[in-house]
Amino acid sequence: MIQRSPMPGLGLSMGITMAMLSLVVLLPIGALLLKGASYGLAGVWETVNRERVWAALYLSFRLSLFAAIFNLIFGLLLAWVLVRYRFPGRRILDAAVDLPFALPTAVAGIALTALYAPNGAFGALAADIGWKIAYTQSGIFLALVFVGLPFMTRTVQPVIEEIDAEVEEASATLGASRVHTLRHVILPMLMPAALTGFALSLARAVGEYGSVIFIAGNIPLVTEIAPLLIVIQLEEFNYDAAAAIGIAMLLISFAMLLVINLIQIWSRRRIGYV
Amino acid sequence: MLHFITIGSGVPSMGIFGNAANDEKSDLETGSAAPIRDIELRPVPACAPVSARIWLGIVASVAAIGLVLGSSIATKAQAEVKLLNVSYDPTREFYREFNEVFSAFWVAQGNPAPVIETSHGGSGSQARAVVDGLKAQVLTLALSGDIDRAAKAGLLPEDWQSKLPHNSSPYTSTIVFLVREGNPKGLKDWGDLVNEGVQVITPNPKTSGGARWNYLAAWAFAEKNGLDPKDFVGKLYKNVPVLDSAARGSTTTFAQRGIGDVLLAWENEAYLGLKELGDDQFDIVVPSISVLAEPPVAIVEKNIESDEQRKVAEAYLNYLYTPESQALALKHFYHAWDTSAAAPEDVARFPKLELVDIASFGGWAKVQPEHFGDGGIFDQIYVAK
Repeated sequence: MIQRSPMPGLGLSMGITMAMLSLVVLLPIGALLLKGASYGLAGVWETVNRERVWAALYLSFRLSLFAAIFNLIFGLLLAWVLVRYRFPGRRILDAAVDLPFALPTAVAGIALTALYAPNGAFGALAADIGWKIAYTQSGIFLALVFVGLPFMTRTVQPVIEEIDAEVEEASATLGASRVHTLRHVILPMLMPAALTGFALSLARAVGEYGSVIFIAGNIPLVTEIAPLLIVIQLEEFNYDAAAAIGIAMLLISFAMLLVINLIQIWSRRRIGYV
Repeated sequence: MLHFITIGSGVPSMGIFGNAANDEKSDLETGSAAPIRDIELRPVPACAPVSARIWLGIVASVAAIGLVLGSSIATKAQAEVKLLNVSYDPTREFYREFNEVFSAFWVAQGNPAPVIETSHGGSGSQARAVVDGLKAQVLTLALSGDIDRAAKAGLLPEDWQSKLPHNSSPYTSTIVFLVREGNPKGLKDWGDLVNEGVQVITPNPKTSGGARWNYLAAWAFAEKNGLDPKDFVGKLYKNVPVLDSAARGSTTTFAQRGIGDVLLAWENEAYLGLKELGDDQFDIVVPSISVLAEPPVAIVEKNIESDEQRKVAEAYLNYLYTPESQALALKHFYHAWDTSAAAPEDVARFPKLELVDIASFGGWAKVQPEHFGDGGIFDQIYVAK
């Protein structure tokens, strides 16, 4: 007796999925882990457990987290405005959200640096009040916000579109205040998508190299991001150390995404849907 | 992704897999066309057709990727002789002109026109790219240590530097200071660079060949003046606000972004900066002592694919030593050996200063690990206070 799945094409699509996933995702990561394994756990730890590496990892993950939190708030707001309000130029604004996806990151980095350097348009204004943006951690933060924003906005936008205005009206007719409606009706519905956007934005920021490299001063211990440290190790033909730092980043990212997933599961249980 | 799948679905019918693929394909057709009859008539184990199709999917995807990659390789095969010159950052302008002059010369000799490509970047990263498999036939890097890396990887013989005259360095250069117009901070020599409040722009010596010369020039100054060189160089790098990865990046930071009081630059890069950006914005300051940088050239034996290619590569490098090319190097602000064909103002431009060469530091084989290796003297500068 054969029990075939009612969905046709399971075998074929499963095979394609497995092969593609292996070739483009699992294989490179496997190669990285293999390289680390051949180097030995002690070697990996010795490479990572250095002041400069810790400083770079701390900088990368801390600023990525800040950028993701910033995007969580303002990306959400942006999505809300784009969906709920009608105003001239809305479609252009809507299209502009995708630009950070399409722009080569090096171009973004150079453009941001030109604007925020002490002699740039915005940098000069900031310099007047004694605030340096380019070549400091503020500059890195700015670049990370730039590349992460569309992930947030594009993830929550369709969910906001699904929420009927009637839901809010119902809430209002039942006597809820605006804040109460927002807090107990709107935000719970947005929560899962917002968390996904947050995770994507965070992951993107952690791995970002191209745009940051131009606007960061790249000074060791101060503005040196972890991906740059990997590149420097490669320049020294120190492939083992490069792999070790890569593995450290992978593990930290994995732990962070795991936590975000757990929060998502928890919120789903608590709210009971989505 | 969509792109791959589109190609993949057409692959089995193209007959690439022969009979095996066709068998599976027919199985697939009966399976999807008449599922209900299948259940009644064929008592095979439940998972068999599904797993067969999983394999078909795997084979199809691999073939699709292979096809895409393969087609990109196929377009590369061409008849004409190609030459890839992998060079360092500030030679762009020189090689752009040299390639034209050489091509004209080569065609005039009765040869077909060669296709010469040049790639520029930080000397260290360029060397790594070649070691990692970039098919360069000619290397023209900032320092012999970088070509040594390629030699160590077996790409060219260890004695490559003795193949051509002047340590295989057709042109030389040195390190000078580029300061803002009028030299507002009054920077005259290396000693002024460690002063409080002076901002020095130089690339990271880990990734940039020129930056290693900058570092060594400062080191030589300290040694000559009875200072502790390690301490002196440490102080100098404490004054560096932006550490770019290559020389061109540092020039941009200094000239376009307006960061820093002084740029430690290749002499040719400094003159080029004056020419391109206007000499009313910057001044060149020549320190009391600097380095004799010998950017060497070499043929990557391992990457030579044919006799024609070898002939072009050899002629290309030899042509660098002709009076015309030497004049061209001088025109692009390099020091050259043969000044017979050069314009007098190109020769007269350079001031006299004391130059130390890499041999006086003990050669790159000693300098590289000691100063710029992992945990070397440069790394020790950056430890938390």
